[in-house]
Amino acid sequence: MFRDIYITLFGFVRTFGALQLFFLQLLVHSPGIFIRRFGLVIGQVYNAGALSLVIIMVCGFFVGGVLGLQGFSNLAKFNAEDSVGAVAALALVKELGPVITALLFAGRAGTALASEIGLMKATDQLSAMEMMAVDPIRRIVVPRFLGGVISMPLLAAVFSMVGLLGAHVVCVMLLGVDVGSFWQQMAQAVEVADIHEGIVKSIVFGIAASLLAVWEGYNAIPTAEGVGRATTRTVVISAIVVLIFDFMITAVAL
Amino acid sequence: MDAVSDNLIEINDLTYSFGARTIFKALNLTIKRGQVTAIMGPSGTGKTTLLRLVTRQLVPDHGVILVNGVDIATQSQNELYRMRQRFGMLFQNGALLTDLTVFENVAFPLREHTRLTNRLIRHVVLTKLHAVGLRGAADMTPMQLSGGMARRVALARAMVMDPDILIYDEPFVGLDPISMGVIVRLVRRMNDALGISSIIVSHDVQEISTVADCSYLISDGKVAASGSPDELNRASSELVRQFMHGMADGPVAFHFDAPDYEEQLLGRDAE
Amino acid sequence: MQQTRTVELGTGLFALLGMGALFFLTTQTTGGKDFSAAETFQVTARFENVGSLRARAPVAMSGVTIGRVTGIEFDPYSLNAIVTFDIDSRYDQLPDDSDASILTAGLLGSQYIGLQGGGSDTYLEEGSEVLLTQSAIVLENLIGKFLVKGDPGDKSE
Repeated sequence: MFRDIYITLFGFVRTFGALQLFFLQLLVHSPGIFIRRFGLVIGQVYNAGALSLVIIMVCGFFVGGVLGLQGFSNLAKFNAEDSVGAVAALALVKELGPVITALLFAGRAGTALASEIGLMKATDQLSAMEMMAVDPIRRIVVPRFLGGVISMPLLAAVFSMVGLLGAHVVCVMLLGVDVGSFWQQMAQAVEVADIHEGIVKSIVFGIAASLLAVWEGYNAIPTAEGVGRATTRTVVISAIVVLIFDFMITAVAL
Repeated sequence: MDAVSDNLIEINDLTYSFGARTIFKALNLTIKRGQVTAIMGPSGTGKTTLLRLVTRQLVPDHGVILVNGVDIATQSQNELYRMRQRFGMLFQNGALLTDLTVFENVAFPLREHTRLTNRLIRHVVLTKLHAVGLRGAADMTPMQLSGGMARRVALARAMVMDPDILIYDEPFVGLDPISMGVIVRLVRRMNDALGISSIIVSHDVQEISTVADCSYLISDGKVAASGSPDELNRASSELVRQFMHGMADGPVAFHFDAPDYEEQLLGRDAE
Repeated sequence: MQQTRTVELGTGLFALLGMGALFFLTTQTTGGKDFSAAETFQVTARFENVGSLRARAPVAMSGVTIGRVTGIEFDPYSLNAIVTFDIDSRYDQLPDDSDASILTAGLLGSQYIGLQGGGSDTYLEEGSEVLLTQSAIVLENLIGKFLVKGDPGDKSE
């Protein structure tokens, strides 16, 4: 049994190390690809970002609306329903925006990346590229990674903004909170540092989720089953990693 | 091109194992310039592995592989990439890039490796597509192609950089007779018209006989027999006869290694 | 090339929307407390009790933010808290007998420093100390005082 534990641990450390090296490889190639093959990156920003917009906006709107409802009904007990804007804004900008966006991103864009790269591997497309003397890391993996990293902060910002609109609709238009105090209290409570925290989080989550997605895809077992498993693992591991990072960044920021 | 020798690829004493399984032990093989060479063998003998070794997608445990007289193990990554540009490879299912159109697939190596103008690329790509008879499919996506068409597009792509060597990995698998005939004809025609060398990995004995100049039969990690298709057909070796004539039992046993049948059914294991 | 145009257009719209959202967040949700002056001068003040005042809390005069708290330290000799804060250099004509008090924004809001102008002819400058201060109102103390001075007829004790 100790041997099993040893093997599992050994395997974990090894995989972790390999992931770091993979990350390093991506980082080394990133500037070159970003400058010389910007067109490829654009295409991936479209895939990871623009195509995720609808789900991000719909979810953002309803998350903001729920925050408004919950905030309103709880704050009303203290006659502080005017602060609902502040509560919603802080929750969205610092936590829910980056975290939910990252989870949705892993589900929408991450799985698409993992299965796309996995399928390319399963159908010999990556080998074919190597045979054509094209490095698949540079041609396929790096642009997708960069596309994800660029898209995430923008998606998180859109999520927060739409969430605030959702809160506005619920609180101001439906529940009758005064428009002025809604936005005024928000402006009083939110500081630039809070926004920075949200941006830092969304960048870190974007790197983590994109890296895991391309990693899982690139290392998928090249069969239909292997690609399916890689896709599932992408979502599960991304979710765990995002939440752990969220805790760590919040702990540091406080 | 200096005429070092007629041997395009020489494999000496190659040993390669995957995990605990030894795939090749001390394999020797020579591929001649300008010929169509077939590499045959029962399924799972590592024919595809051999191709990957020759193009150094895999590294042998032991032995030397010479391409054009150069040991590929000593080449740097850049030299390797340059060498691979002289290889054209056709994968089993074409391996076309699914996110690009047929035209862009064929243009892919040109766009990656050259700075040709769009006009010139268009010219080259359409010529190659015409050669495989699919100029009309230029704007289709790989998803819309049949298996045979996908393989022909892949052939056009493999040729677009004007390689010295074309490698076909199981080009005849899963094709209807017509598509098969088309591919066979294309293989022969490309080889002779362009003066290149071709390597076909396959186990379709019939098609190989019509197209190959020289065949190697690989079994148990070694070359079991070699020669022209006729020579192989007339060979006396049990294994060669089993393979060439498609017999179910012979040196390659019908049964996978297992404990004794009677022992397993009636012995103590049965409890 | 229809597809390329869709991709470019979609990406462009997405990037614009994303940046617009960032701009919206930084301008619309903050603003009120956003204080960033290029040039400031530092002033100190001693308080008996700073309550829950924190660094980066605003310093306001007549309700307008003119500065920011940069540090709060405890002085073991005078047993007071020393609060340092930066004030925008544009406001270099604040009378040096102004008094500083720690106020609360709303009933449960965060605390800030409110400056009340004095009548002196000399002004606060780099390194000045605000001498007149009023400490934070600590709710427990207030309730305590109220209970002690409260209803003398209460016999329930």
